[in-house]
Amino acid sequence: MANIKISEQKVLQIEAICKEFNNEKGELINVLHKTQSLVGYLPAEVQEIISKNLNCSVAHVYGVVTFYSFFTMIPKGQFPISICMGTACYVRGAEKVLDEFKRILNVPVGQTTPDGKFSLSCLRCVGACGLAPVVMVGEKVYGRVSPDGVKDIIKEYKQA
Amino acid sequence: MEMINIKIDNKDIKVAPGTTVLDAAKSVGIKIPTLCYLHLHDFNITNKPAGCRICVVEVKGRRNLAPACATDCYEGMEVNTHNIRVLNSRKTVLELILSDHPTDCLICPKSGSCELQTLAQEMGIRQIEYQGEQSHYKEDTSPAIIRDVDKCIMCRRCEMMCNDVQTVGVLSAVNRGFMSVVAPAFEMNLDHSVCTYCGQCVAVCPTGALTEVDHTNQVIRALADPSKTVIVQTAPAVRVALGEEFGMEPGTRVTGKMVSALKNLGFDYVFDTDFAADLTIMEEGTELLDRITRHLKGDKTVKLPILTSCCPGWVNFFEHQFPEMSDIPSTARSPQQMFGAIAKTYFADKLGIKRENLVVVSIMPCLAKKYECQRDEFATNGNPDVDFAVSTRELAHLIKQANIDFNILPDQDFDKPMGESTGAAVIFGTTGGVIEAAARTAYEIFTGKTLEKVDFKQLRGMEWIREATVDFDGTPIKIGIAHGLGNARKLLQDIKDGKSEFHAIEIMACPGGCIGGGGQPLHHGDTSILMARQKAIYSEDSGKAIRKSHENPYIQTLYAEFLGKPMSEKAHHLLHTHYFDKSKPVEIDE
Repeated sequence: MANIKISEQKVLQIEAICKEFNNEKGELINVLHKTQSLVGYLPAEVQEIISKNLNCSVAHVYGVVTFYSFFTMIPKGQFPISICMGTACYVRGAEKVLDEFKRILNVPVGQTTPDGKFSLSCLRCVGACGLAPVVMVGEKVYGRVSPDGVKDIIKEYKQA
Repeated sequence: MEMINIKIDNKDIKVAPGTTVLDAAKSVGIKIPTLCYLHLHDFNITNKPAGCRICVVEVKGRRNLAPACATDCYEGMEVNTHNIRVLNSRKTVLELILSDHPTDCLICPKSGSCELQTLAQEMGIRQIEYQGEQSHYKEDTSPAIIRDVDKCIMCRRCEMMCNDVQTVGVLSAVNRGFMSVVAPAFEMNLDHSVCTYCGQCVAVCPTGALTEVDHTNQVIRALADPSKTVIVQTAPAVRVALGEEFGMEPGTRVTGKMVSALKNLGFDYVFDTDFAADLTIMEEGTELLDRITRHLKGDKTVKLPILTSCCPGWVNFFEHQFPEMSDIPSTARSPQQMFGAIAKTYFADKLGIKRENLVVVSIMPCLAKKYECQRDEFATNGNPDVDFAVSTRELAHLIKQANIDFNILPDQDFDKPMGESTGAAVIFGTTGGVIEAAARTAYEIFTGKTLEKVDFKQLRGMEWIREATVDFDGTPIKIGIAHGLGNARKLLQDIKDGKSEFHAIEIMACPGGCIGGGGQPLHHGDTSILMARQKAIYSEDSGKAIRKSHENPYIQTLYAEFLGKPMSEKAHHLLHTHYFDKSKPVEIDE
């Protein structure tokens, strides 16, 4: 982890988000939510800004960020890949699909490839159980994915 | 008040509404075991996350077992604290806690005073039933505190002390599930955080997860080195607590035995930090009077209130959190550092030895003192004024290692000249003591009259924040006192907001002052121990022949022979300091 400098404009936007929630400590989760959708992730510097504005310790903010799997301190890739691990997808072999993504991209779940192109995550049910197992890349949904089909999905974005 | 009737283990009990099952049971001699629970009665501090589930009891009509610490009694309640269901459940809970706990008890620094170990023993655990995954965190070593979080059981006591009581906010529960642990933000090391090293986390940790950095081996090595002259100073709060480590009643004064033990250990001179406390009063008291006199004469540039600066945890706190106010505290160094500075100049000269060949050890109730003596500004050419600060607990270990039967030691006196002290110095060990000592001397200098009644009872007590007015012969001097850094923060905020009307404020970081320091024998939540220590401090004071710092003949000689007068150039150089802005941004370990 390194100290990442974020732009002055982003800092102002984060401060505005805090203000929107009246700088209330109890609104920390909401503030983190909104900030993550603005910045994409929650690096240390961002957590510090939030801790200052909500008047709570940065250790507390970090505690909440690390508790919820939704929050991340790692920037998402250009093409975020999510594999559904819901019951239907799971019984239809989602784990094997995930293993194949892990093998080809050579990153564990929750991480981003060094070139910043792909990030890998799991989610629970996208409401398309009929298409199980389901994989999402960004907003695009892929159904009935087999381990053999994984390399084709990746290829689609490799050139992009 | 209407009382509630309940039955615990078939005993009929009447309790006040709002009483927990734990307290109700305690009132009739039933000791329900606890682990995460911590209640510091005299300070109104409670930690009861009901997380460990060791204190579960069966409540008739309730489906699941109830945590006694967090369950209130109600009319007609029937509780069973030790039937087979409760015992089995409690045992399973403990076995699960032990399943990922390191089993290196033999060599754990907390061995013998670990609450988890005691519990396992009391509950007759003879094997680790569940062999689970083990956590392997890196050990975090700072100048004063070691975090070995593999031993953390998530009781959250340290978090409560750090956040709610001290408002320092370094520690928080982080991660989730098996990986959850108490750590600083971004799991950085303590020395990169705003930790003050007050050591209150260590004072309440039930296991070996938080301990002090042990300097006893360095002391043993120095004592064994024939080229070194090794001298020792003892802080006032040590003498009223050390006895507890040898089975004595809390509040037993062991000054004479402690001196004997230190001589038996082989120290060349056994001196007293109290001597330096008297010196502190000369410097800090003069500074206080100087500022007050100028203020009363209408000097608008003078900063009031003046804040005491003896407590290193407190100094760290304002350097980190209120750096813009660092011109308000007194510039006087703490007694530990004044002692070191005088020892390595005045006393080394008297002995005719180089400062490098003089080793100064201090026995402190405090962990922040370990950090303080390592500060760069308290060293000359890399040689520190105080070489090692060891805690009261470490001294007890040293005494035990040296085969000294502490309980039968004769009383001995401190050596001269730096072992002579007054009653004013000994009360430095408790909240309210420093400012009372300052008042005794400042009164006489300010008024030119003799102070007949030296006891300023209005400054004493255990309330978090106290205020009192001391009459300086017609001039009212307003004094504030706070212990616990959260309370200090309140007084600081008032100053910042321009609402403070005090002339002087005394601050100590630990609850109770140094008697409750992070290096003292562990109180395990029993605050009556701190009350007993405080009482002992005041009786030590009243038993002293001289009770005003400026009347200490050896202090008078020190000024006549060496320093000149208080706040002289030499005194400034040796006995005063300056503060730093440490409000740094978060640093992240690579």
